[in-house]
Amino acid sequence: MSSRRSRSRQSTGSRITDDQIIDLVSKLQQLIPELRGRRSDKVSASKVLQETCNYIRNLHREVDGLSDRLSQLLASTETDSDQAAIIRSLIME
Amino acid sequence: MNKYNPPRMNPSSLRSRFATRFLRSLSKINAKKPTASSSSPTEIFRRYRRIKVAADKSMAYSVRSRRTWSRAMLWKLRTRPCCRRSVKTSTIVRKTRHEKQNKNTTTTTGEDGVVFGVEADELRELVPGGEAMDLYNLLDETAHYIKCLTTQVQVMKKIADFYSP
Repeated sequence: MSSRRSRSRQSTGSRITDDQIIDLVSKLQQLIPELRGRRSDKVSASKVLQETCNYIRNLHREVDGLSDRLSQLLASTETDSDQAAIIRSLIME
Repeated sequence: MNKYNPPRMNPSSLRSRFATRFLRSLSKINAKKPTASSSSPTEIFRRYRRIKVAADKSMAYSVRSRRTWSRAMLWKLRTRPCCRRSVKTSTIVRKTRHEKQNKNTTTTTGEDGVVFGVEADELRELVPGGEAMDLYNLLDETAHYIKCLTTQVQVMKKIADFYSP
């Protein structure tokens, strides 16, 4: 196991170890639904990054779709009076 | 931002901050609609753009400048070409600063070497402000960005479901 350290260009000049990078990668892995259940030593870091990119693109697409849906729904509604009800039901979740 | 959801309402959670801001923007957008053509495709498209910007703005403002990605997103939103205030001088100043920052990007060393680098570059394009981040910060920012995006999607879904017939 190499104890090689990779230096990162942070303004503090602190060294970032490979272990810290590995920790971050497994933290990311837990956020991605597709990779969540799998053991972190079975999923390569580049696969995690790849899936992260796909997941972010999907989320962007979902936001686009929802904005589209909302723009059509708002065409025929008034929002003011319903706001309190929505906020309450959203946050109570 | 809380990592777990407490059983009762938390008024300062990211979710409620985003929801409040976004709903406020939505009612503003709704108030602007011209009654004559509110269902025309052009109007709907315009509204779609405004809603999308409102969603990103609400999210970025809920996070404020605590994160690199939110700062980058706020900067991007403020220097949009359709913004009324002329921000030409500040854009030039910031561009030079950004160019200087970009020269500091490191090679992404890691166990997988070069392959790691390609995916990291792709990720850099997806996360706001990613171009100037080193690998460690990029991964850290990405995790937070994903959490915020999922909150955004959840809240927008609830709103859309609420207004659906």
